[in-house]
Amino acid sequence: MAELTRLTMAQALDGLSKKDFTAVELTEAHVGAMEAVRPLNAYITETPDQALEMARASDARRAKGEAGPMDGLPIAVKDLFCTKGVATTAASRILEGFVPPYESTVTANLWRDGAVMLGKVNLDEFAMGSANITSHHGEVVSPWSPGAPGSWSRRIVPGGSSGGSAAVVAARAALGATGTDTGGSIRQPAGYTGIVGIKPTYGRCSRWGVVAYASSLDQAGPMTRTVEDAAIMLRSMCGFDPKDSTSVDMAVPDFRAALTGDIRGLRVGIPREYRVDGMPAEIEALWSRGVEWLKAAGAEPVEISLPHTKYALAAYYIVAPAEASSNLARYDGVRFGRRVEGGSLNELYENTRGEGFGKEVQRRILIGTYVLSAGYYDAYYLKAQKVRTRIKQDFDEAFRSCDVILTPTAPSTPFAIGDNSDDPVQMYLNDVFTVPVNLAGLPGMSVPAGLGGDGLPLGLQLIGRPFDEETLLRVGQAIETAANFTATPPFMA
Amino acid sequence: MSYIQGETGDWEIVIGLEVHAQVISNAKLFSGAATDFGSEPNSQVSFVDAAFPGMLPVINAFCVEQAVRTGLGLKAEINLQSVFDRKNYFYADLPQGYQISQFQQPIVGKGEIVLDLPDGSSRTVGVTRLHLEQDAGKSLHDQHPSKTYIDLNRSGVALMEIVSEPDMRTSEEAGAYVRKLRSILRYLGTCDGNMEEGSMRCDVNVSVRRPGEPFGTRCEIKNVNSIRFVMQAIEYEARRQIEILEEGGKIDQETRLWDTTKFVTRSMRSKEEAHDYRYFPDPDLLPLELEPEWVEDIKRTLPELPDDKKARFIQDFKLSPYDAGVLVAEKARADYFETVAKGRDPKMAANWVTGDLFGALNKSGKDIEESPVTAENLGGLIDLIADNTISGRIAKEVFEAMFETGEKAADIVEKKGLRQVTDTGAIESSIDAVMAANADKVAEFRSGKDKLFGFFVGQVMKATQGKANPALVNEILTAKLKG
Repeated sequence: MAELTRLTMAQALDGLSKKDFTAVELTEAHVGAMEAVRPLNAYITETPDQALEMARASDARRAKGEAGPMDGLPIAVKDLFCTKGVATTAASRILEGFVPPYESTVTANLWRDGAVMLGKVNLDEFAMGSANITSHHGEVVSPWSPGAPGSWSRRIVPGGSSGGSAAVVAARAALGATGTDTGGSIRQPAGYTGIVGIKPTYGRCSRWGVVAYASSLDQAGPMTRTVEDAAIMLRSMCGFDPKDSTSVDMAVPDFRAALTGDIRGLRVGIPREYRVDGMPAEIEALWSRGVEWLKAAGAEPVEISLPHTKYALAAYYIVAPAEASSNLARYDGVRFGRRVEGGSLNELYENTRGEGFGKEVQRRILIGTYVLSAGYYDAYYLKAQKVRTRIKQDFDEAFRSCDVILTPTAPSTPFAIGDNSDDPVQMYLNDVFTVPVNLAGLPGMSVPAGLGGDGLPLGLQLIGRPFDEETLLRVGQAIETAANFTATPPFMA
Repeated sequence: MSYIQGETGDWEIVIGLEVHAQVISNAKLFSGAATDFGSEPNSQVSFVDAAFPGMLPVINAFCVEQAVRTGLGLKAEINLQSVFDRKNYFYADLPQGYQISQFQQPIVGKGEIVLDLPDGSSRTVGVTRLHLEQDAGKSLHDQHPSKTYIDLNRSGVALMEIVSEPDMRTSEEAGAYVRKLRSILRYLGTCDGNMEEGSMRCDVNVSVRRPGEPFGTRCEIKNVNSIRFVMQAIEYEARRQIEILEEGGKIDQETRLWDTTKFVTRSMRSKEEAHDYRYFPDPDLLPLELEPEWVEDIKRTLPELPDDKKARFIQDFKLSPYDAGVLVAEKARADYFETVAKGRDPKMAANWVTGDLFGALNKSGKDIEESPVTAENLGGLIDLIADNTISGRIAKEVFEAMFETGEKAADIVEKKGLRQVTDTGAIESSIDAVMAANADKVAEFRSGKDKLFGFFVGQVMKATQGKANPALVNEILTAKLKG
């Protein structure tokens, strides 16, 4: 029943309510798809039995007229969300054997609304990476390939850190997936795989039960194939949670209702600082095309300035590792996960953490420890926090003259596995357009906008005012409509 | 000024104290887990306390209220905005790998504590700050030959760290500081002050200097868990430092431990080995903001604190500062005294409470809450003295019986027939008998040996088993002896 896996969430909900098919049938199709996409190395843990059980329960609810907003929709969960009774690894060896006795708030919200869990998907270890090549479970392969359409060469990265989520949604092995975004980890892989990804405003989604990378930047969000699906899934994911002190006590809007298609009169900010050196011409061209689409739909482009953009990446790679170095201190082999014994407590720590953490994680822990050290704190961490304030002020200022900001999602096209892997700085540069959004706590979204010359997807990013995901979605849909992105990857379930 | 005499002249000790006081609260600082002392190991641990992946801290409002209440009790500035920081270090009983504490912006700023010194004088010591922080768990090294066991019951329990200025100059002052602080905390109901159970612990900073010179290099003695040890540790540490300095050496800034078996301080780690805690604001918690009205509400509900009570006792009951100080040191004692003193002679009440009662309690190792003699019953005893039912001397005997049996004074007096004899006829006949039996002494008295009067009083009291009213005995005896 391959056609069932080709549906959007909105179409699937429609079909379920019309009894064209059952949640069990929809889930069975996706369980089959999950098996079919194993070459992507995207699923870490498949939970077909749990999925079918949830699907049966969903059908029973629907029969009683008690179907929730996402009832019966099979989705994948990034393996950074703790799921009760299901192994949660954060793609790290150090969490080997860890089975959470609790469910993250975001996934609990999704199950409350009827969604069905297919399994847990791969990511960069502890969400640290932009290519999904740092996972202990091995790299994820993008279902896309450059060159001749239809042939899959298994060469391209799906982006990261939510690479597994992006790959399974693009390859039609889940109707949607949860992602998390600390510096672009939803938007960049969404852009690289031709799907939609939203990082909502910081505080929209509870962080409770999500393995922390950088607490002041981490935010969960949906990854789907359409803007409308993103609206459906976002609504279920977010909401106030008293267990997360940084969660915001605000009503959750009906995001789907915001998709009016009318963006007339909206002012779209084009930041001049995002025209970075060395950006491929095709990305530049795509960006201009995006401006034209929105203009044609009645919006008004305005040039804006975000003068501190050039410091954002540096600030991010101080703040995020600093928080990570502290957040990851709890993985010590004492209470859960993998332990490597030693002759003393220090040896136990060294052995456990030395073997448990991969290179990139160790690199960031070291950077973070360094920038917080006595004598360096002011020069690095404190300075970075000041930069962060300036970046936030840049956006505040910009939003006085525009309603939404349009940029490319990433300054480069998807690259091959192995590229950039020996040069972390080159890898970090991929995040240049997404990182400022996290530093400012704003909502951001990537929408597929076209294919590059090599046949790989390219995304455009929208940045909104705090808690104005509705405008973001509305404009995103306008781009989606204009771009009419119908390309599919050569490898699909 | 009190100085220590060294080989080469006088030295002055400079002492500052950091007291960790466990907040009285049913739940932990950032989790809902319980805080009962002495429970089964690891029975009061939430996933937050054990730092499981994805767990987040949520501030316990009651602990904040307790900290503010304590700050107000220390007459300190309450900071309406404060920030929680992470203090990062690795240890097996520190599950998060960091302690959530307050570093640059504590909840309470400068305050003060008035010390009541043994000579009845007072001295004010500055409080630098009070901040809230999490306690760590406990490592049990004696359960297994090669392994360490971890008990996380205490992990995450709220502590107030109360830091003093380096204002103390003797171990007695340091002892008085801890006693007074504990008293204030108990009055406020914010910490039970139980040092044996570890709900109050002291880090002691000690340095020495020549009088008038700038502060010397200090050493910090960690985790001293009784007032006696605080004082002993200071004495030892000061002597140790003076010895080094007088031999031309210099003091290394370091952390030391008080060895409770050898009564010495031992080096724990040097400055070079000191942790770099890499403090930074905890991104899981927003800055803590307090409403001024909320602080005012707490202020309005503060109980009368020891200093105010002491002043009132001196003013209203005309007690000496010393007696007043002794009585207010514990709220239960002060309450007891007030019950006894109500409607009675306060000086007499104070004497009975601080003298006989405290003496008896002390001897039997009982707290005032466990006293067999209730405040009402002690008042009853004083009433019997006041209305001449018994003499003061008999009262001591009655008190002892009360302490033993818990019975009322009147019942004991009745049962034992201790009622004072005020019948002048009976007294007269006793006197007559004594005079007849000691005719020689009567003659000596009459020939001018006045001192014998006391002998006759003693004989009469003996004959009446002490029950004769002493004033009547004096009066009648004087008349009869004069002949």
